[in-house]
Amino acid sequence: MTNKHTLSVLVENKPGVLARVSGLFSRRSFNIDSLAVGETENPEVSRITIVVNADTSPLEQVTKQLNKLVNVLKIVELDPAQSVQRELLLVKVRADRAQRSQVLETVELFRARVIDVAPDTLTIEATGNPDKLDALLRDLEPYGIKEMVQSGLVAIGRGSRSITTGPALRAA
Amino acid sequence: MTRPTPESLAQRVTPATVAAAVNTATTTVAPVATSGAGALVRSLEALGVEVAFGIPGGAILPAYDPLFDSKVRHILVRHEQGAGHAATGYAQATGKVGVCIATSGPGATNLVTPIADAYMDSVPIVAITGQVGRPYIGTDAFQEADIQGITLPITKHNFLVQDPEELPRILAEAFHLAATGRPGPVLVDIPKDVLQAHTTFAWPPSLDLPGYRPTLHPHGKQIREAARLIAQAKRPVLYVGGGVLKAGATDGLRKLAELTGIPVVTTLMGIGAFPDSHPQHLGMPGMHGTVPAVYALQRSDLLVTLGARFDDRVTGKLDSFAPEAKVVHADIDPAEIGKNRHADVPIVGDARHVIDELIAAVSGSAGGAAQYEAWWKTLNEIRERYPLGYEEPTDGTLAPQYVIERIGALVGPDAIYCAGVGQHQMWASQFIKYEKPGTWLNSGGAGTMGYAVPAAMGAKVARPDTQVWAIDGDGCFQMTNQELATCALEGIPIKVAVINNGNLGMVRQWQTLFYDGRYSNTELGTHKHRIPDFVKLAEALGCIGLRCESKDDVDKIIQQAMEINDAPVVIDFTVGKDAMVWPMVAAGTSNDEIMFARDVRPTFDEDDL
Repeated sequence: MTNKHTLSVLVENKPGVLARVSGLFSRRSFNIDSLAVGETENPEVSRITIVVNADTSPLEQVTKQLNKLVNVLKIVELDPAQSVQRELLLVKVRADRAQRSQVLETVELFRARVIDVAPDTLTIEATGNPDKLDALLRDLEPYGIKEMVQSGLVAIGRGSRSITTGPALRAA
Repeated sequence: MTRPTPESLAQRVTPATVAAAVNTATTTVAPVATSGAGALVRSLEALGVEVAFGIPGGAILPAYDPLFDSKVRHILVRHEQGAGHAATGYAQATGKVGVCIATSGPGATNLVTPIADAYMDSVPIVAITGQVGRPYIGTDAFQEADIQGITLPITKHNFLVQDPEELPRILAEAFHLAATGRPGPVLVDIPKDVLQAHTTFAWPPSLDLPGYRPTLHPHGKQIREAARLIAQAKRPVLYVGGGVLKAGATDGLRKLAELTGIPVVTTLMGIGAFPDSHPQHLGMPGMHGTVPAVYALQRSDLLVTLGARFDDRVTGKLDSFAPEAKVVHADIDPAEIGKNRHADVPIVGDARHVIDELIAAVSGSAGGAAQYEAWWKTLNEIRERYPLGYEEPTDGTLAPQYVIERIGALVGPDAIYCAGVGQHQMWASQFIKYEKPGTWLNSGGAGTMGYAVPAAMGAKVARPDTQVWAIDGDGCFQMTNQELATCALEGIPIKVAVINNGNLGMVRQWQTLFYDGRYSNTELGTHKHRIPDFVKLAEALGCIGLRCESKDDVDKIIQQAMEINDAPVVIDFTVGKDAMVWPMVAAGTSNDEIMFARDVRPTFDEDDL
């Protein structure tokens, strides 16, 4: 867990850029823990948030290699303490009449939401940092998780500064 | 035989020669209506492309129509791999961008090897490929291959053109990317319907590469720090790679070396960056490097690394490489710095600027060779004790090293030498003396057998007044010799010295040393059965074929080949199969375990160290 790094990669919003970025990771033997991509305030720029498990020196190498991709505009590593990090979780939990109120209590406790109800299941939506979502899942597990899906992590720096103006993570 | 002569080729009247006479190079073109193909060809003209190597096919066919009238000379090769290596040879001989063209599917995939080769050796080439029409992309159409996806890991960048309007900009970007920063191959994939579409062509386009900003000028602080380490060092070495050649920094390198008196080693890709005859040159380091070069790196206390990348063939076992050395590492590619070896002083920048600024920074303190007297004394002793050499075969066969040495001696340092991959390549790096940049071409990083003949063809096209010798092996030669037909028909009189030992020599050497002499699948039959007969093969391909089997004939036959200038020449040098490349650092072992010859470990006296 200690070697997890969150990279925000600003890229040109063009076809194939995601393949270039993800391909580079596998090619250079780096494992991506999670990846999320979407447009930014500038429609010509997409932002890829990558969580990678690596020591500092290999991380520096992969960052330099990423910087060499022509479509990569900027790379910033987000310090967990200085940024807000969120994942989205959708989970379908077994919840018949006997269990329903207890499940709802857990949902309440984690400030999650019920988004779909069936006679024997509840579908729950939750956002949060990975630790919170892990805790929620742990609490829901005893009821029986029928299905779950999780987004990649997205993250943004705290404070008024924006990474489009801040310094890029450029080694050497 | 009706072999075209250079004169008859020059006199040919084709639409291209007519167009060349009428058109003059223009840098500004007002918008004109044309097709995508027209925009492609006009862009190539505007970019100053003189030659393209390629083969037409279905998807790229629209481009070949305006090419027919263009002043761009198209050389019709026999295999797309030949086109790719020819573009590489052209680029390596001139520093200009080499261009190759292929159609979609197999045409494009045949370019994969030369593209990977150019990527590993940072050679600026642009590959233009036809693609199936946009509506067919992704349908497994006839001759469809996702060449953009396939070449993602082996290009500096690649493009799939979606709109004919983009063509001038994308081509200008492709050439810019290929030639600047750390050079490399760029592929432009163009769907057939984009080539056929109506569009307007205007020049110049404006480039749109917001994420591409190579750093050319080094940081002053790092230069000062490097100068400080140089001043303190007792046993420094200038470890010079291909980046110095690519930056055109060889004059500066010589100045820096002479000013400081630091010994120089040049890597396989850096050969020619520093004259072999220079007293400060210790030779090539690495697996088959000279003992003094390897020794110098191992005992050094400061590596001044210029445009080199600590490749495994140079370092041997990495954790025992140059154990006492601090490292100054200058490279234009920041990702190379610290990749394999920690850099105490990282310098990102173009080698020319780095060297110029280093010269300025050390000028005050540099004391020439005198300040490293003890170091030079040791190195000179090692150099004297362990010179490059070889033993005459005892079985009466011709020594391959002798053949290569004589070619170098007779042909001289003004020629271009272009090697394949294997024993002959190593001997050509060892026994030919290189004095000038751009005179040694080879496939260093990728180690592509079959590189020599097409790359020599490209180099000869680039520098028609220079003698170009391919030093090839009998294994390599059989991979790409079809391009001799191209050479014969297009008036490209290269010389090919086939160092024919009847075997895949380097692999056989490893079998001798590491597999108890079990020669599994390395015997090629070119001796035993004379299949193919290289003299007959040369003649069939429109070349002059010569054969040399004895030491007494070597000079005579080389001279005979040198006198033929109206046709390509192939010499089958039938040499012994047991010669080995020495010195050698076995793969995965430490440079300290360098072997001077079989079972001969150099002894370095304790007081030398």
